[in-house]
Amino acid sequence: MSAAVATPVVTPVVTPVVIVGTGLAGYNLAREFRKLDSDTPLLLISADDGRSYSKPMLSTGFGKHKDADGLSMAEPGAMAEQLKAEIYTHTRITGIDPGHKRLWIGEEPVAYRDLVLAWGAEPIRVPVAGDAQDAILPINDLEDYARFRAAAAGKKRVLLLGAGLIGCEFANDLSLGGYQVELVAPCEQVMPGLLHPAAAAAVQAGLESLGARFHLGPVLASLNRTGAGLQGRLSDGTPIACDLVLSAVGLRPRTELAAAAGLQVNRGIMVDRELRSSHANIYALGDCAEVDGLNLQYVMPLMHCARALAQTLAGKPSAVSYGPMPVTVKTPVCPLVVSPPPRDRPGEWTVEGSGSDIRALCRDVAGSLLGYALTGTAVQEKLALNKQLPALLA
Amino acid sequence: MRKWQCIVCGFIYDEAAGLPEEGLAPGTPWEDIPADWLCPDCGTGKQDFEMIEIS
Repeated sequence: MSAAVATPVVTPVVTPVVIVGTGLAGYNLAREFRKLDSDTPLLLISADDGRSYSKPMLSTGFGKHKDADGLSMAEPGAMAEQLKAEIYTHTRITGIDPGHKRLWIGEEPVAYRDLVLAWGAEPIRVPVAGDAQDAILPINDLEDYARFRAAAAGKKRVLLLGAGLIGCEFANDLSLGGYQVELVAPCEQVMPGLLHPAAAAAVQAGLESLGARFHLGPVLASLNRTGAGLQGRLSDGTPIACDLVLSAVGLRPRTELAAAAGLQVNRGIMVDRELRSSHANIYALGDCAEVDGLNLQYVMPLMHCARALAQTLAGKPSAVSYGPMPVTVKTPVCPLVVSPPPRDRPGEWTVEGSGSDIRALCRDVAGSLLGYALTGTAVQEKLALNKQLPALLA
Repeated sequence: MRKWQCIVCGFIYDEAAGLPEEGLAPGTPWEDIPADWLCPDCGTGKQDFEMIEIS
């Protein structure tokens, strides 16, 4: 716990701003807050080892031959010094008591002035029959990455579950790292829901050119250990021998502790444009937060939220606004930038280009640009097109 | 000519290539980029230590 400064007799003990989570959301918020307020005690609590790293780089590590230590950018001690903060690592909070403005770590109460939930999202696990469920590994943080790398050392064949953004990024990265990738997903194209089919086909063809094999439609039905490794069987009966399994089927915002404390939750922890939950003094941002109805698990919205919330915590209440939020997908074999059209705005797609260079634009009846998917050389048009896109949260 | 990488998202600014779409001509050195410039991929500010030199 932070110690009070002893000199002035009447100085009250100042309760800290407490941030739960030391991922991009927690650390970037702390960084932005410290630009505005260098005095208020700050406490960060992490269930992990508290190292600072760039999460998007987790899906580039094999191609760059970087292990978890290589992707780590700062130890928690260095972060504590830089942020003038106290950091508890390997520490899970067990409860929140909004009425008394405190949280619990087991039996230990921790008082907060303001509490920020930045604890991220949990990898979804799909049930699979067989005796090797524990060989299915997600990569959602640096420790997961370290575990996966350890499991992958000396191995060759990776079965990858999920054809979303993260699945495709890892398909590219693992292929670059020399692995034979078999990708399984119950959908008709890669990145369904995010990507126009023409652009999806370009990305898939690019990944196939690296040697990745796609099984779109079925799911992994069973996984069993064999003498030589693992034997998977898909729901359509296809057998796939592999050495390890990477699961990238999506993330579910962590809401349980918030819900138990009486905070309103939906898909994520519900917060308003000032990132405030249904309880005063409790805020949320990042993968666990549903901001004005939007749970966007990307870096750009997170950075916008960190800046706005830092202002609010420093005494100047500020609403976050989102401009266009295009997503850059790290599939270097076929570069991709996508800005899906808003769900409630119907539009017509036009597709130009061929091969790996696709330009798919979505416009409404008046001709206004609603969204796009650009692959290959077409990604260069991103910035010009961004200027025409509607804001996500104006 | 050097390259700078955003420590938040991994975006690389290559001085040799510049970012013509944003008005940064090829060859624009890091120092000449406006202080209010933001990472085009994630919106991180140029300020502080947030971009690292990689070559």
